[in-house]
Amino acid sequence: MQSHESHAWLWWIPLLPLIGSAIAGALHLATLRARKNDPSAAAPGTLAPWIACAAMAAAFGLSVKGFFALQELAPSARHLASTVHHWISVNYPARGEFAVDLSLVLDPLSSTMTLVVTGVGFLIHVYAAGYMKGDPGYGKFFAYLNLFVFAMLMLVLSSSLLGVFIGWEGVGLCSFLLIGFWYEKGWPAEAAQKAFVMNRVGDACFLIGSFLLVRLFGTLDMSLIAGAIGRGPVELEPDVQLQVSLAALFLFGGACGKSAQFPLFTWLPDAMAGPTPVSALIHAATMVTSGIYLIVRLNPLFASAGWVLPVIGVVGALTALIGGSTALVQRDIKKVLAYSTVSQLGYMFLALGTGAWAAAVFHLVTHAFFKALLFLGAGSVIHGMHEEQDMHKMGGLRKHMPQTFVTFLAGSAALSGLPLMSGFFSKDEILAHAFASGGLYWGLWIVGVLTAALTAYYTWRMVALTFFGEERFDHHHVHPHESPAVMTVPLMVLAVLSVVGGALGLPPVLHAPHLLAEWLEPVTRDGTRILAERAGEHHLSHTLEWILLGVGAAIALAFAHTGFHAHKRGTAQDEVLTSRRPALAAWLSDAWTIDSTYQRVILLPLRMVSFVVAVVVDQFAIDGTVNGVGASARDVAQWTRRSVTGSLAGYALWMGAGAVVLSLVWMWS
Amino acid sequence: MELLLLTFLPLVGALVILLTPRAAEGVQRGIALVTTLAVAVLGVRLYWGYEAGGDPTKYIFEVPWFSLPSAYAAPTLVYFRLGLDGLSLLMVALTAVLMPVVILSTWGHVGKRVKEFMVWMLVMQTGMLGTFLALDLVLFYFFWEISLIPLYFLVGIWGGERRLYATVKFFLYTLAGSLVMMLAIIAILYQHGTSNVYDLINLLCRLPVERQLWYFGAFALAFGIKVPILPFHTWLPDAHTEAPTSGSVVLAGVLLKMGTYGLLRFCIHMLPGAAVAASPWMMALGAIGILYGALLAWAQTDLKRLIACSSVSHLGYVVLGLFALTPAGLSGGMLQMVNHGISTGLLFLLVGMIYERRHSRALDAFGGVATVMPVFAVFWVFTVLSSVGLPGLNGFVGEYLVLLGAFQANPLWSVIGLTGVIFGAVYMLMATRKMLFGACTKPENQHLTDINAREIVLMLPLVVLAVWLGLRPGDFTSKAEPSLALVQQRILEARQRNATASLELDLPSPAGASVPATQSGAEGVAAR
Repeated sequence: MQSHESHAWLWWIPLLPLIGSAIAGALHLATLRARKNDPSAAAPGTLAPWIACAAMAAAFGLSVKGFFALQELAPSARHLASTVHHWISVNYPARGEFAVDLSLVLDPLSSTMTLVVTGVGFLIHVYAAGYMKGDPGYGKFFAYLNLFVFAMLMLVLSSSLLGVFIGWEGVGLCSFLLIGFWYEKGWPAEAAQKAFVMNRVGDACFLIGSFLLVRLFGTLDMSLIAGAIGRGPVELEPDVQLQVSLAALFLFGGACGKSAQFPLFTWLPDAMAGPTPVSALIHAATMVTSGIYLIVRLNPLFASAGWVLPVIGVVGALTALIGGSTALVQRDIKKVLAYSTVSQLGYMFLALGTGAWAAAVFHLVTHAFFKALLFLGAGSVIHGMHEEQDMHKMGGLRKHMPQTFVTFLAGSAALSGLPLMSGFFSKDEILAHAFASGGLYWGLWIVGVLTAALTAYYTWRMVALTFFGEERFDHHHVHPHESPAVMTVPLMVLAVLSVVGGALGLPPVLHAPHLLAEWLEPVTRDGTRILAERAGEHHLSHTLEWILLGVGAAIALAFAHTGFHAHKRGTAQDEVLTSRRPALAAWLSDAWTIDSTYQRVILLPLRMVSFVVAVVVDQFAIDGTVNGVGASARDVAQWTRRSVTGSLAGYALWMGAGAVVLSLVWMWS
Repeated sequence: MELLLLTFLPLVGALVILLTPRAAEGVQRGIALVTTLAVAVLGVRLYWGYEAGGDPTKYIFEVPWFSLPSAYAAPTLVYFRLGLDGLSLLMVALTAVLMPVVILSTWGHVGKRVKEFMVWMLVMQTGMLGTFLALDLVLFYFFWEISLIPLYFLVGIWGGERRLYATVKFFLYTLAGSLVMMLAIIAILYQHGTSNVYDLINLLCRLPVERQLWYFGAFALAFGIKVPILPFHTWLPDAHTEAPTSGSVVLAGVLLKMGTYGLLRFCIHMLPGAAVAASPWMMALGAIGILYGALLAWAQTDLKRLIACSSVSHLGYVVLGLFALTPAGLSGGMLQMVNHGISTGLLFLLVGMIYERRHSRALDAFGGVATVMPVFAVFWVFTVLSSVGLPGLNGFVGEYLVLLGAFQANPLWSVIGLTGVIFGAVYMLMATRKMLFGACTKPENQHLTDINAREIVLMLPLVVLAVWLGLRPGDFTSKAEPSLALVQQRILEARQRNATASLELDLPSPAGASVPATQSGAEGVAAR
């Protein structure tokens, strides 16, 4: 079945960006040195984007090569592997062994992810070459960005859960470094710390999940785990079932951290403190989808996890609603997009909760296109507006930035799910799955439809406030201008993808093949089968599907229309809400006050515990006891102070005397 | 002979330094550096040449030393016995490699009485190497005490403002523990007629658990204070805060490992029955120590004290892993000992470097240092990542194996230990943010000079090791594993023995289960 030939070239896919990162970093250090002597010197760091983009292009080329290599194989044989060496091994003869290999696997799922990461990543790198021009940390930025891509590729290509974890924490590190890129300002550094720590909460859950998997399967190789479950009985022993469910639940906890799901999503809006290309690459298109990838990768485990799937669905739907409703009232254009990302990731988890693995990946891919586009478009706006992010100080920009405007429209159409756009098909597929699953999922479907309405509204509110209406900026200081081609060309490519990306997964009623689902079928087969055997299969009649499609299209159009027209004349509509229902507006804009609740209920008490431990327990109780016991120590101290004379002969004498006394004691005892 | 040379070469260096005139500070520094470099070369060669699972006698050096009375007709013959095995190998290598780094770091902060400083450093190295290599209980105790004295002077003379308080506290505390251990050693020598550690490992495991627990308690107290295990840890932050940089590095890097090494060698390997019985308690202390140390570190405002508290947390991992008594736990605990030496050593070096420039360690005194000291910032962030266990660097593998091993033994303590993964990031990143990030507004910070070539060079070996251990931990664990497997074997036997003993205790027979075991043990010795 599986090819045992080693495909060492796979390693070049992650290694090329790593090498790029090292070179860019070296260039940055050279820049620092050159600047020290002569601040106006031609900085070597300007070469960094060339290196970084070349590394990305090459990695993308290899990913394409991998895609075609897979396509030549029979579907069930699409599995290319390359193992390098034992990473961790504990080998005790009597007790068996625990071993973790560092191994890369290219299969339809990792191939899809690799193409998205390197493809969208390449476009964002090119864009960043223009966006970050003139920043003193130009070279450093590309070193971090390439390092991020390396970690992300390790995450999606590793066959072992611990290999995934290398990438998992690696992307977290790069996220930390890039959020805090402008650390001199202070608050980006705080946002970076928050992101890292909240991700660590998820990572701790991830580790517990991995311990349970070791206990269950004795290995962390995900194909072995998936295979073992796929071959095993569908009905599990109660205690095994419990462990499987717990393992899945804890891994989902890890996914919640990385993919910004309730209750661990509050770091993502703060992460907008990073440069905008970072928000596009890391906090929209790639890193935040890691949790979805992980669950799809282990789909047989999650399909066997019983009650965990509904939990995932509920968390996803809830997060979608929180994100969507919060995005309604944000004034910062990047915050709208950030909460929108939280919300769209929620849809993906809703899909996973229904066992619609391919639908989740489909939305992941289309979202990578249109959300990267929207972030980059927002970056172009911010760039043209001289670092202004408040939409209330924008307006009428369509005349000043026509290319950005048109591409932004394409992205907005896709995000709001206007008919025939990529987001329309991927969102509809998720909602159709939720509707078909029935029971609890009907409730989730309603939440999903409601959120779709919110999405259409806030998206077009954003478009209206930014590009239409009167120009609310200070014409004396701000001169909006279109961005250079190095930034607008990536926007155009992404705009095309956002529009036509839906062709990857057309719904069954159109009698066209769902390309992505067919491509992923070898990976999702076991999970789908297990779920069908456990919960039964759900099919919608064609009539019902048409109705659902129609409902989706109508809602998107209606609310896009409302949102656009309510805000196209200016900021008055926003003030209506804040003046009539100030409490609601404040509650919404603070994301249901979840973050401030954490500050009050978790962080502050922990901080107090830490001080109580340090002062009361440690200094007063424990150390007080120690000093009490050693009350006579003071006298000894007086005595020893005399002995610390600094005369070496004196010390030698004491040591000699001590040795003699000790020997005497031994001999006579 | 190699072992003898390795152990006493530093002492020879110390004697040579004694012969130099007081003013020749450059010469004294040079001799110290050359000596420790030679020891490092010897140590690394020994390490590479070491065949795991090969003939153990190849690495033993012994000569009869003196004799002591015993409970039997024949007196107890004490040997001068040095030996290398998988339990001590990594510790010896760590000691050998760390010392040149430490000596090189003193260029920046030891300005007075250089001669004595170097002498004490070298004497301490002999003491530490001897402690790890001694395979005779009396010799072990001898070296254990020898290594205590130099630190007393290093902190007492070259330390900070409250150095006297710190030294006396540390000295008396450790000494109290050592005395209890000495009583146990005397009892063992008298009762069992031998001080050979390998013989005792074969003998003592057959003792009834209650007897083992007495010895275990005495040893564990001495080692627990040294590690330090909660609640015996309060001497450590004081000692670290007052010690000069180099003293802190040696203290964290090696001296504390004497405690964890002792736990492994004596409390676990020599007294497996007691270790099995005490395992839940020790795991609890380890896990709570991880959390406690982290909370403690979070509340600190002094950078050096913060790192000292983080040591308490990190050594909690070692205790948790070792006393999980599972293969992953033992290997992880062993790795974690080395990891802690590397990452905490680096942290103390870096704090020393910034202290030499800024003359303050208060977190509030800094801010925006990254803008003026970019190279320092790179090293600092790297070290923080190694310390918080980023995969790919050294900290992760040890932590993962420890927590996995603990999870297999008792999920509760593993999960409590896992909170250290979160809080570790909290306090380390908080310190990093306060020191490096933000605007560089304070005038004292605006003209700090970045670290120089010497400082980079001295950190490089540790940086390389951190990456190496992270990517290829097998190069290190594989050498220790055959010996750890023997420990594991003892633990399995002890589990069985404890299980049958408790079964026999249920029997109506009044004879009790422990009597035959003791007799056979005594006969075994008498027959020798």
